[in-house]
Amino acid sequence: MPSETSQAVAAGGDAPPGPLREFWASFSANHGAVAGLVVIVLVLLMAALAPWVAPHAPDLTNNEAFLKPPAWVEGGSWSYLLGTDAIGRDILSRLIHGGRLSLAIGMAVVALSIVTGIVLGMVAGFARGILEIAIMRLMDIILTLPSLLLAIVIVAILGPGLMNAMLAVSVVVLPHYVRITRAAVLAETSRDYVTAARLAGAGRLRLMFIEVLPNCAAPLIVQASLGISTAILDAAALGFLGLGAQPPAAEWGTMLADAREFVMRAWWVVTFPGLMILITVLAFNLFGDGLRDALDPKLKR
Amino acid sequence: MLRFLLTRLSLVIPTFVGMTLVAFLLIRLVPGDPIETLAGERGIDPARHAELVKAYGLDKPVLTQYAIYIGRVLQGDLGKSMITQEPVLQEFLALFPATIELALCAIVFALVLGIPAGMLAAVRRNSVFDHGVMGISLTGYSMPIFWWGLLLIILFSVQLGWTPVSGRIDVKYFFEPVTGLLLIDAWLSGEPGAWRSAASHLILPMIVLGTHPLAIIARMTRSAMLEVLGEDYIRTARAKGLSTLRVVGLHAFRNALIPVVTVIGLQVSVLFTGAILTETIFSWPGVGKWMIKAISRRDYPVLQGGLLLLGGVVMTVNLLVDVAYGVINPRVAHAK
Repeated sequence: MPSETSQAVAAGGDAPPGPLREFWASFSANHGAVAGLVVIVLVLLMAALAPWVAPHAPDLTNNEAFLKPPAWVEGGSWSYLLGTDAIGRDILSRLIHGGRLSLAIGMAVVALSIVTGIVLGMVAGFARGILEIAIMRLMDIILTLPSLLLAIVIVAILGPGLMNAMLAVSVVVLPHYVRITRAAVLAETSRDYVTAARLAGAGRLRLMFIEVLPNCAAPLIVQASLGISTAILDAAALGFLGLGAQPPAAEWGTMLADAREFVMRAWWVVTFPGLMILITVLAFNLFGDGLRDALDPKLKR
Repeated sequence: MLRFLLTRLSLVIPTFVGMTLVAFLLIRLVPGDPIETLAGERGIDPARHAELVKAYGLDKPVLTQYAIYIGRVLQGDLGKSMITQEPVLQEFLALFPATIELALCAIVFALVLGIPAGMLAAVRRNSVFDHGVMGISLTGYSMPIFWWGLLLIILFSVQLGWTPVSGRIDVKYFFEPVTGLLLIDAWLSGEPGAWRSAASHLILPMIVLGTHPLAIIARMTRSAMLEVLGEDYIRTARAKGLSTLRVVGLHAFRNALIPVVTVIGLQVSVLFTGAILTETIFSWPGVGKWMIKAISRRDYPVLQGGLLLLGGVVMTVNLLVDVAYGVINPRVAHAK
């Protein structure tokens, strides 16, 4: 962190550390969070460089290598490190390419729900009255329905597929963002700086997005980082049920769905995609927990 | 107390009405003409089409249709399955005990392991045990349970041959259902081996479904205990010379239980979500599997009714937990 170091030095040795530096100090003290961050960066790199890192093309089938076990097991070969699936595709390559889809889904879902959530939460917090009641009641209903069930019904109605699965998961996770934004708005609007801005003639939109929004960023950022793990998990579950990404797409959940019938005789087809989901989701959860401890002063030790 | 009850109830009614509205509108989002969807790929002649539109009330204004729908729902009429022609409610009630049995066992499993683990972790804060419990529970929380189920099948059913792969009980056992919960029915039937068969079918799905609640309950118990252990009355109790077991087990535990009870109530929704996946993996004949089957058959009344019924169950349990919470902790009932 050279830039932050110079910033602190310039501010003088005794001055309180800058916010970024303080954040990093408290974040890096949490080893789990740092480990999570490292894994996230590695998975991101793997996904970004997939065509160059993967030993084979993800859809390339090899008629001579159906269900070949991993290299270290008898009968395996080093050209297929983690073995092949039922139609001779390299599992390692599919996992690497699958990272692209799974991460993209996670991020797209969070982006979509956070933007919609902020807008709805802002409207509910500022407008009050009937509009607020309507929005918050709807969010209560979405929260009451079992999340995956609602997502499944939405996908069933719109038709299976990656886009619809993403849309469904976004709807299901939306209430968290709306609630956080609205709560923050209600807490902030009574503060002096908002009154001052209002007196200075700031319009409603300016109040919402320029004055208040930056001050509710911390809980939203935390929710977003934890939300990526939920999104990846839910999207994989939809893929597993055959409602998400459709074959032959290399998505981790969809790979597991294909693998189900080989539970009896090819453990490697089942084991590795799930392991990737677990590792990625765990990394985002560790990272999100660390972010929360570092960003939320109320929970600081 | 009565006022508290009434306030809670008055919140439930709009939520339920909203839920029926969501269920009603979602089905209308199905692309294409509902009658043609109903008729399937065979197609339908225009006269019959018009007849059906009238029969289903699709020619009336949307608001009227909704009023008719909610009127039927209140009478317990959730329509008929498009495939089996059985009333949706009847199919649901026939399968629901299987899901209840699975969910109950899963939550008991989660409580029996989670509460002691969380308590011990809090008492031995920052010990290896504490880090271990927290690490395992975060892993459990991050677990894709559909994969976890497959792994357990590979290990225990395929490699070791200890447990069956699917179903609720061996086909050779047959007895009249009494409670609908097979563990109890098998025991009541007195058939030798029946209970054992039911239990061995149940154990893996129970572990899989209990994993997320277990992780959440262990974490919640630990943090609630940590909070309580820092209170003055705990120091007083210790200062009086009470044994650690008594201080932790009696004084701290009872107060730490309040947030834990709330979390347990919230698990109902998590359990139903998990039941869909668990029942699919283990071919457990419950409502989760029923709904997944309805999707592949495009059986919209089943989807609509199932969503409403499961949502209603979650809502009722949440209400009961709220009320129980008010009884345990009078401060809640008297707030506001």
